[in-house]
Amino acid sequence: MASATSADTFPQMGSLGDVHMSGERRLPASPVNPVMETRDLNVFYGDFHAVHDVNLSYGRHEITAMIGPSGCGKSTVLRCLNRMNDLVASARVEGEVLYHGQDVYEKSVDPIAVRTHIGMVFQKPNPFPKSIYDNIAYGPRVTGMKVDNMDDLVEEALRGAALWDEVKDKLKQSAYGLSGGQQQRLCIARTIATRPDVILMDEPCSALDPIATARVEDLMLELRNEYTIIVVTHNMQQAARVSDRTAFFTARPDETTGNRTGLLVEYDLTSTIFSNPNDKRTEDYISGRFG
Amino acid sequence: MSTAATAAAQTVRLTAGRSRERNVGSLVFLGLLWFSLFFGVMVLVVLIIDTMLKGSVRFDSDLLFSYESSLNPESTGFRAGILGSLWLMVTTAVMAVPLGIAAAVYLEEFSNSRRWYNRIIEVNLQNLAAVPSIVYGLLAVAVMALFGFQQKNIVLGGAIALALLILPVVIITSREALRAVPREIRDGSLALGATQWQTTWRQTLPSAIPGIATGTILGLSRAIGEAAPLLLLGLGAVRFDPEGVLSRVTALPIQIYRLSTQSQVAFQEAASAGIIVLLVMILLLNGVAIFIRNKFQRSW
Ligand SMILES: Nc1ncnc2c1ncn2[C@@H]1O[C@H](COP(=O)(O)OP(=O)(O)OP(=O)(O)O)[C@@H](O)[C@H]1O
Ligand SMILES: [Mg+2]
Repeated sequence: MASATSADTFPQMGSLGDVHMSGERRLPASPVNPVMETRDLNVFYGDFHAVHDVNLSYGRHEITAMIGPSGCGKSTVLRCLNRMNDLVASARVEGEVLYHGQDVYEKSVDPIAVRTHIGMVFQKPNPFPKSIYDNIAYGPRVTGMKVDNMDDLVEEALRGAALWDEVKDKLKQSAYGLSGGQQQRLCIARTIATRPDVILMDEPCSALDPIATARVEDLMLELRNEYTIIVVTHNMQQAARVSDRTAFFTARPDETTGNRTGLLVEYDLTSTIFSNPNDKRTEDYISGRFG
Repeated sequence: MSTAATAAAQTVRLTAGRSRERNVGSLVFLGLLWFSLFFGVMVLVVLIIDTMLKGSVRFDSDLLFSYESSLNPESTGFRAGILGSLWLMVTTAVMAVPLGIAAAVYLEEFSNSRRWYNRIIEVNLQNLAAVPSIVYGLLAVAVMALFGFQQKNIVLGGAIALALLILPVVIITSREALRAVPREIRDGSLALGATQWQTTWRQTLPSAIPGIATGTILGLSRAIGEAAPLLLLGLGAVRFDPEGVLSRVTALPIQIYRLSTQSQVAFQEAASAGIIVLLVMILLLNGVAIFIRNKFQRSW
């Protein structure tokens, strides 16, 4: 698969200030042809206004990190992207969530179809109480994917998640026998087995030790070549290490009700966010001066 | 003061004096708890032993394999009752289990609990579980009349009454079993593009089966001891094996009830022996339930 991030895909930007250099990666200041976009996204849980006017775009084959203090609505925004918020009875979404220009919240759109294109990895590893093999095969089976050889697909997915060598001799054993880090990589393998376009990750490493975390981070960098990744993290170093762009959210208390509504403060290339952020609040947060 | 001395002083303070765990108030309270437990268990033990002693003269093969006989009180047996109870249990399970699981799945997985009608169902379900069993007997009589059955003391009639009786229990325990399946499993399945329906069939229900089975069996073991609703349907003496759901039937508790109201000592003894048979059947059912629970129990 051709990498859309190679230098010739994007015309050379005028000044060096427009171009972000991260290893061999050169990125335009804002995503060209973003895979996903949110426009004036507002989310309510009942009367509670959880997220206010989020405008974000997620670039193809990029890793976008969403950071910010607890309760500022990062997970809420993430769960809007593949309509997982539909499962919360009280949740109401306003604004647009565009996937290749198509609003996924339009009436005619089937949320099931959305989720086959936009996969999700959760905070706590959540393998199914089945064998490792069946965990991977589950997605392709339920979505009715055309599969010539399921064994090959399972192997491919496990290799893709850098788990194959560790589990190839125990595919028929329960996934519950794996370590936490292996379980999380299994969940990533399970997600890529359905060949999504975008992978959402909600604090994928928060339940893992540093070594397992490093492996998952390596994996994310590898997956970036084929997928678009959007990751919520509390780990500032992680955002700095893996992401191309970073969105910083915070929560602002309402004057009258005192409810804390989340909003997007700043969105930029990760290098900019971490080296010279525009907003004082971003600077305070990433330097650990935030309350 | 040196640190060593401080440490020593603290150690002394930790060990000296009587523990507050063992003051008079606590001891009295503990004694009361023990007495309550002892009292409850004792009554049960005495009752069972007394019944066993009374019935012991009748622990013979006639007890299990003979029909009820008023001519030979010494060899009257529970064949019709045992077979009848088994028929009733199987038919009850066939009716109550699918209905109960389906209702539980609807309530847990598909219903919007904020809708007023779902809330009404919710509240009523709790109340239904506490309704006296005889009411279900009345209900079954009405249902049988509605379907135009002249004879209501047949397997079908009894099973309808018992199925109605255990339905709330089956629904409530099945819901608990479904609720015990973590949200994350459902989310994981849905996030892969599975439908709600696929998620329920392939993930939630299979994971909940042990809990549902346990609850159902416990419900059945309650139903097997019921006499009141069956009496209302007119179940009485029967001297043949049931041959189908439309066959006339009797049940173990009915037989016991009838025998224990007789004045002859031999009948009383047979009734006591019958109670032991019933207890053994209930114990077996509960044993199966415990076995399933331990065998398939999953910690998430
Ligand atoms: N299902 C829900 N029902 C009601 N309120 C919710 C629900 N989920 C989240 N919220 C509220 O919405 C706000 C944003 O929550 P969200 O989980 O998106 O925050 P977050 O940024 O992901 O926090 P964290 O970093 O702790 O995961 C919080 O105030 C939270 O209490
Ligand atoms: Mg979160």
